[in-house]
Amino acid sequence: MVAKGRIVWVSGPAVRADGMSSAKMYETVEVGESKLIGEVIRLTGDVAFIQVYETTSGLKPGEPVVGTGQPLSVTLGPGIIGQIYDGIQRPLSEMAKKSGDFIGRGIETTPIDLKKKYKFVPTVKKGDNITGGSILGTVDETPLLTHSILVPPNHRGGMISNMIGEGEYDLEQVLAETQKDGGYHTELKMYHKWPVRHARPYTERYDPTVPLVTGQRIIDTYFPIAKGGTGAIPGGFGTGKTVTLHQIAKWADSKVVVYIGCGERGNEMTEVLVEFPHLLDPHSGRPLMERTVLVANTSNMPVAAREASIYTGVTIAEYYRDMGLDTVLVADSTSRWAEALREMSGRLEEMPAEEGYPSYLASRLAEFYERAGRVRSLGLPERSGSVTLIGAVSPSGADFTEPVTTHTIRFIKTFWALDTRLAYSRHYPSINWMQSYSGYLEDVAKWWKENVSSEWFELRAESYQILQREDTLKEIVRLLGPEALPDEEKLILEVARMIKIGILQQNSFDKVDTYCSPQKQVKLVKLMVRFYKEALKALREGTPLADIRAMPVISSLLKAKFEIPDEEVQRLDGLENGMIEQFKKLQNKEEVKVVV
Amino acid sequence: MSESAAIEYTKVAEIKGPLMIIDGITKASFDELVEIETSDSDRRLGRVLEVGHGKAVVQVFEGTTGLAISGTKAKFLGKTMAMPVSPELLGRVFDGLGRPNDGLPDPIAEKFLDVNGEPMNPERREYPTSFIQTGVSVIDGMLTLVRGQKLPIFSGSGMPHNVLAAQIARQATVVGTKEDFAVVFAAIGVQYSEAQYFKRSLEESGALRRSVLFLNLADDPAIERIITPRVALTVAEYLAFDLGMHVLAILTDMTNYAEALREISAAREEVPGRKGYPGYLYTDLANNYERAGRIRGKNGSVTQVPILSMPADDITHPIPDLTGYITEGQIVLGRDLFRKGVYPPVNVLMSLSRLMKDGVGEGKTRSDHMEVGNQLYDAYSRAQEVRALAEIVGRSGLTGVDLKYLDAGDMFESHFLKQGKDENRGLEETLSRTWDVLSTLPEGELTKIKEKHVRQYYKETK
Repeated sequence: MVAKGRIVWVSGPAVRADGMSSAKMYETVEVGESKLIGEVIRLTGDVAFIQVYETTSGLKPGEPVVGTGQPLSVTLGPGIIGQIYDGIQRPLSEMAKKSGDFIGRGIETTPIDLKKKYKFVPTVKKGDNITGGSILGTVDETPLLTHSILVPPNHRGGMISNMIGEGEYDLEQVLAETQKDGGYHTELKMYHKWPVRHARPYTERYDPTVPLVTGQRIIDTYFPIAKGGTGAIPGGFGTGKTVTLHQIAKWADSKVVVYIGCGERGNEMTEVLVEFPHLLDPHSGRPLMERTVLVANTSNMPVAAREASIYTGVTIAEYYRDMGLDTVLVADSTSRWAEALREMSGRLEEMPAEEGYPSYLASRLAEFYERAGRVRSLGLPERSGSVTLIGAVSPSGADFTEPVTTHTIRFIKTFWALDTRLAYSRHYPSINWMQSYSGYLEDVAKWWKENVSSEWFELRAESYQILQREDTLKEIVRLLGPEALPDEEKLILEVARMIKIGILQQNSFDKVDTYCSPQKQVKLVKLMVRFYKEALKALREGTPLADIRAMPVISSLLKAKFEIPDEEVQRLDGLENGMIEQFKKLQNKEEVKVVV
Repeated sequence: MSESAAIEYTKVAEIKGPLMIIDGITKASFDELVEIETSDSDRRLGRVLEVGHGKAVVQVFEGTTGLAISGTKAKFLGKTMAMPVSPELLGRVFDGLGRPNDGLPDPIAEKFLDVNGEPMNPERREYPTSFIQTGVSVIDGMLTLVRGQKLPIFSGSGMPHNVLAAQIARQATVVGTKEDFAVVFAAIGVQYSEAQYFKRSLEESGALRRSVLFLNLADDPAIERIITPRVALTVAEYLAFDLGMHVLAILTDMTNYAEALREISAAREEVPGRKGYPGYLYTDLANNYERAGRIRGKNGSVTQVPILSMPADDITHPIPDLTGYITEGQIVLGRDLFRKGVYPPVNVLMSLSRLMKDGVGEGKTRSDHMEVGNQLYDAYSRAQEVRALAEIVGRSGLTGVDLKYLDAGDMFESHFLKQGKDENRGLEETLSRTWDVLSTLPEGELTKIKEKHVRQYYKETK
């Protein structure tokens, strides 16, 4: 029976209604005469506590509340890619058609176009047995993405009693019918619904071993994340969280990218919308928008829908994972989601834990990050896919001891700590290389060895060691000045500076530097390490440090990242040879004079 | 919300702080506007914060001083708070609630707009890319302002944020265009003299007749401040998106706004977040700051320059902190530079314009603009490090390159940053000055600039 009640109390996004004894927890309800969308989050007697996903101005006690009998769900099928949704999967373009440039209320939309036709190619036939999660056939959702049509995961299975042939169909077309003993008959279409607060099931979980290549040197080489892994990127304002996430969304070698703008700036979503259709995927040469879906609930949109947007996004990512695809979800920012939790918790008058956040903040974060993983999907044929979860955290006052950051760290394996001081000196990405870590380093080393270079692991370690030594030397310099150090240690400072400028710093807005292939990454690191070794040798053989510092090749090494594009990566070998030449000349002063 | 007949209630149950709780409510809606009449016929305005179980919690804008439990009437007006708008608003001065206070009659309304506004659909936004020349070198060169951006000034008590904001308002132009512009100025709890300075500055430059002023001064009711930025931004949106004007909205001082918000939150006994500010401070600030931008297919724009004073110059205080998370950058004024007598005392290392990358470069300003901006940051940051080092080890402990950075840092402050309060520098001059500073460094230090730009612009020392 559908619940029908009346509003008794309104305060911001929180509404209480009585006469709701037949309502279920987390059921979606229509609130008031303008049918605002809400969700039941607490039941006491016949009073339901509802969080409303739209502005409640003008709502008054006495107005009706009607249950839908359904939990908050997303509609999954072809047509999701390229969309921009609000937090509860309403397409913003449809909303603009109905309410203009500003977002109105009580707007009904369909999440995907059910009338659009796709060319369906069946992969099963009449008489086959299927189970929940099996693939019925495929359609081309975008030129970049083949979309497998899935049997809903909770389907009880059965034999296909009727199967449609290849052809152009819309989403409402029944593609297959199944029969099972006992008369369990179902009709399967190109889409199904799934409740957002339930993780989609899978058969088995695998360990992540393949890196997610992002083209960002400090991520790929120093603090890699694996496909199916979790990562967090905390940082104060202005440290470049959003730019880093945009970079990952742009360049990660994944089949599908879900970008959640959770309580962030409107213009940032617009930027993605404007930019992505013009940017080409480095792996396929197709526009990035053909693999991207946006969930936008900006900071000024209703706060309750912000809470839902995270779940909407991750459910969509899981759906594509179930097709056997690698997906990446970036959430900017999980702190705003936590604040939405805090606001609703406050209005429920729950006992607060730290800084007013509810006591269940940690368990909600854990549940969210556990939805990442590389898995074997349900059903046939056998296939595996992954969901990689990357969340930005916006700690208040850039203080990493605040609750959202401290709890997030417990549930993630890659930690990219953004540093306000680096950002102030315009060292971008301002990921602090001493504070950050990756729990996947050993896991992905094999991939690098087999696919890029056998030296990757050692080169990474050698260059990182230089950075570590510089970090300790810096303390001395701060007290005594650089001249107090012996030459070999001054050389460490010099090379560390070169690594910082030539490798760690990466300009997202430069056409060449924005993406750096794994091959180029290894070569650049090798150049720096080689430089250090050669310089150390020269120094020990009596070459003055000043001469080494004055080598013209240094400037070329530092600019190689943006002067030499990926396609001409072999030019770096030439640069290496040139560097060796210059060292030879240094050691033979006579020859230098001849050259000069 | 549709307008319905007003209903009057007289059962006041409780009055505390800025709140009044009314009993026996049969029909009232969330956010509804309430007109309160005291026993001696004084009228005030209020707004419903919470309604249900026969009670309504009303926030009284003009404060509750003098209100009594008996004899007070509350008329629920059946509508949310709306601002009457028309082109006649230009050149007028209003109070913090949007009522005329320049002695002239009410402007004839073309329509009424809900002061809360509605969130702009991100899908309908036009991404901001037009460079605004402010004539202030440090802003144009390194912190470029773009049409439709929200770029706050983080200041501290006594520092010249108003002078800078007024200079921006006077000088801001988009080079090569002659489009309709307007200034919307909202004074939120500021001193009379500050508001007056701004008004005079607009008057002298002849921009007053293209301006709309909203004044809530320090001695005006504090709770009114909740509404002041909202009415101002409602008018800004109207001028921009209905009349197609390019609007510069200056809101000063948002710290006073946040304090009014805290006062109400405390009176409602809500669970506080940091420093007693409500947990929804971020969302609430965003509801104001996000009312900036451009819309696809429309001519106008709203560019916001909110000003806030950082309590004890602390940038991690919740107000500047949350503001920085919402706005597209920040211009931070520094106490050290201010003491040194540098105007504008912009601490560039802590400042940032997120949209600069989209407003500058080939075809917009000059192809080397972004690179020299970045290099200047790098150089000045290095200069600051060297300065700190020189304090300890003295100049003699520095390397030759370090000494060059010291000079570059000094030249940056005296030749580039520092300028007159009425000095309007063109972009070419600003960029030329950046190269004057950078050319004090050896060429090899310019690692953020492409070779071709170094060859083209680097000035060899005599």
